[in-house]
Amino acid sequence: MRITRTVAGRRRRTAVVATTGLTAAALLLTGCSDSGSDSDEASDSNGKITLTLADFGQFGYKEAGLYEKYEKLHPNIQVKATTTADEQVYYPKFLQQLNAGKGLADIQGIEVGRVKELVDTKADAFADLSKVIDANQWVNWKALQASTDEGKVIGAGTDIGPMSLCYRRDLFEQAGLPTDREEVAERVAGGWEDYLKLGEEYKKKAPKDTFYMDSASAMYNGVVSSNEEQYYSKDGKAIYKESAGVKAGWNLAAEAADKKLSAGLAQFQDPWKAALRKGSIATIACPAWMAAQISTYAGDDFKGKWDIARTPGDTAANWGGSFLAVPAGGKHVKEAGEFIKWATAPEQQAAVFKAVGVFPSNKGAYDLPDVKNATLEYFNNAPIGAIYAEEAQSIPAAVLGPKDGVIKDSISTQINNMEQRGTKPDKAWNDAVEAVDKVIG
Amino acid sequence: MATSTPTRGTHGSRPGRRDPKAMSPGRQAWRSRLWRFDDKASPYAYIAPFFLIFGAFGLYPLIYTGWIALHRVEMVSLDQMDWVGWENFSKILQDDEFWTAVANTFVIGVISTVPQLLMALGLAHLLNYKLRASTFWRTVILTPYATSVASAALVFALVFRADGGLLNWALDFVGLGDTNWAQGHWSSKIAIAVIVIWRWTGYNTLIYLAAMQAVPSDLYEAASLDGASRWQQFRNVTIPALRPTILFTIVISTIGSMQLFGEPLLLEGGTIGAQGGSEHQYETLSVYLYNYGWKLGHLGPAAAVAWAMLALLLLIAAINWLVGRSVRKTAA
Repeated sequence: MRITRTVAGRRRRTAVVATTGLTAAALLLTGCSDSGSDSDEASDSNGKITLTLADFGQFGYKEAGLYEKYEKLHPNIQVKATTTADEQVYYPKFLQQLNAGKGLADIQGIEVGRVKELVDTKADAFADLSKVIDANQWVNWKALQASTDEGKVIGAGTDIGPMSLCYRRDLFEQAGLPTDREEVAERVAGGWEDYLKLGEEYKKKAPKDTFYMDSASAMYNGVVSSNEEQYYSKDGKAIYKESAGVKAGWNLAAEAADKKLSAGLAQFQDPWKAALRKGSIATIACPAWMAAQISTYAGDDFKGKWDIARTPGDTAANWGGSFLAVPAGGKHVKEAGEFIKWATAPEQQAAVFKAVGVFPSNKGAYDLPDVKNATLEYFNNAPIGAIYAEEAQSIPAAVLGPKDGVIKDSISTQINNMEQRGTKPDKAWNDAVEAVDKVIG
Repeated sequence: MATSTPTRGTHGSRPGRRDPKAMSPGRQAWRSRLWRFDDKASPYAYIAPFFLIFGAFGLYPLIYTGWIALHRVEMVSLDQMDWVGWENFSKILQDDEFWTAVANTFVIGVISTVPQLLMALGLAHLLNYKLRASTFWRTVILTPYATSVASAALVFALVFRADGGLLNWALDFVGLGDTNWAQGHWSSKIAIAVIVIWRWTGYNTLIYLAAMQAVPSDLYEAASLDGASRWQQFRNVTIPALRPTILFTIVISTIGSMQLFGEPLLLEGGTIGAQGGSEHQYETLSVYLYNYGWKLGHLGPAAAVAWAMLALLLLIAAINWLVGRSVRKTAA
């Protein structure tokens, strides 16, 4: 035993000395790094500031060269942007960072389906932008979406998604339907019911292996978003069961499924992209940002074959759109606010629209030539600027709720079941109610 | 390097070398008390790091999850916890989707584990023969295990795709109709089981192979002297010798199938994948937990699911133990 003890004692001594040595080495190392250059730090000795920005999907700032432009205008600022492709991945992580108060960028993107939840529960975590930007410049409902009841503005609007109808000219011609965008708009002028009637006509002479629409849930979304009241009432109650918009959208989707007018594809998934590439889809309910998706996935084979007509009916609708916000705990709250003011100003929004086709939410942009006269070559030179700008003015001020995004997903899933599995509308609705109640619960 | 020089220097000055007589009796008593304490305490000090790390990263999250399960906690406001007692548990136990997930987990577990272990046993038996380039074969069989879940699942998602998938293309070739693999209630489970089997068979094969090589060769010699065929040798010598190993692989596979997550999540992907199919046809418990916590943002029920999963695992372990004990009894 004695021997063991001695050995143990010696080992301990060794350990102590070793630890001391290591600590010394570590101190030396940190000493080194302190005096060295630290490019990761938010600002260095020259006063140069690195603004970090985290967004998702396609904000289009990089594509429009906005970061470089801003750095040129402000030589002391460098913008470092991180983009997450999928918003569904981005948001939970963003929430975790908000809760922890760590890891946040100076500027963070917020999707419209989430903004209400943040306004309701996390307004304190964001800087007030009401003094930085002039909310009156925006289409009024857009600014309201990011404002608290007390008038605090947590986000500046980037884009909005006015609805239109994207259709394939060549397929329409083969099916004996009009191809001119004015005539098409005329045929669906009575609303989404007319759109379905046109679909039945299409189906009678449909080119082989093609479908009238990609997904009935996209149409459903179009219908719901043309209503002021959607899933929540103004006082924050979930009223989706009684909502007229939801009911109308659901019935139309059920009808489309019953008449087999839809390919029944879940949007943005691989099979959907594949169908676009194959060219088997004749129409898509088309928010402004959808055009970029179509041209990307359908590819050059269908250039000039697509076209854009006004949305069915006279009810304007908005689907999607985002905001930029400044977390209050950031190191560069002031600089971040200035960047946002600049990036969401009419000229910059117009530049982004030109680059990637996401539509400005700042009213001032609508009169700029880049927007007003914009056409899309891929879509047979459709005058998208005129179509969307006109519509944007009459979009209803939708009442948002905290769980809009997830509720929409749950209902879309059941619409998909009606289309693909032939689930009866009653059962599908019950399943949807069960799922939505779990979301709200 | 700077640390090693002083270390060597300490060798000369051992505390034990000092003349004991030079110390006062009080000091000596103190020293021996210290030694005794050292003798008793230092083993605990040596194993403490494991328990500290386990406590911080294993036990604490486990208990904290249980604490969350008794509260209403939303993803958007983690700092706000409202006590609700057992409500989250009763909520999930009354949820049809939970029981669907339990059944799915169980079914996928069985149809992936059973063929997987049988195939692994057969392959290990084959690899146990004298083969040319045996190391090559053993390496090849382990490669699926070395791929990540995500990449395997994504590749198989392409294989099983309804429209233009590799498998449907091949089936079409031999005149069998299209199957929408991910949408069917059985076909989707089979598809997931195939991914699991593909990934894990090689791993189990190697474990069996190692166990087989530990079986003394005189047993086989004696058996063949008695005129036992290869098959009889396999059944009467190999299998009994492998019994503990088989039990081990069953336990590991059961835990693995209980935690099945990446494969169902990515088979279709997106929102549909996160709820385990449009009719939850391949939703496992882990996917259910993920959907509840991360998609719907309700962390309370999600934590309750985690504890329910733990309870189920303990239940399975108990059954396993009882079966194992009775097997040992009959063997003895």
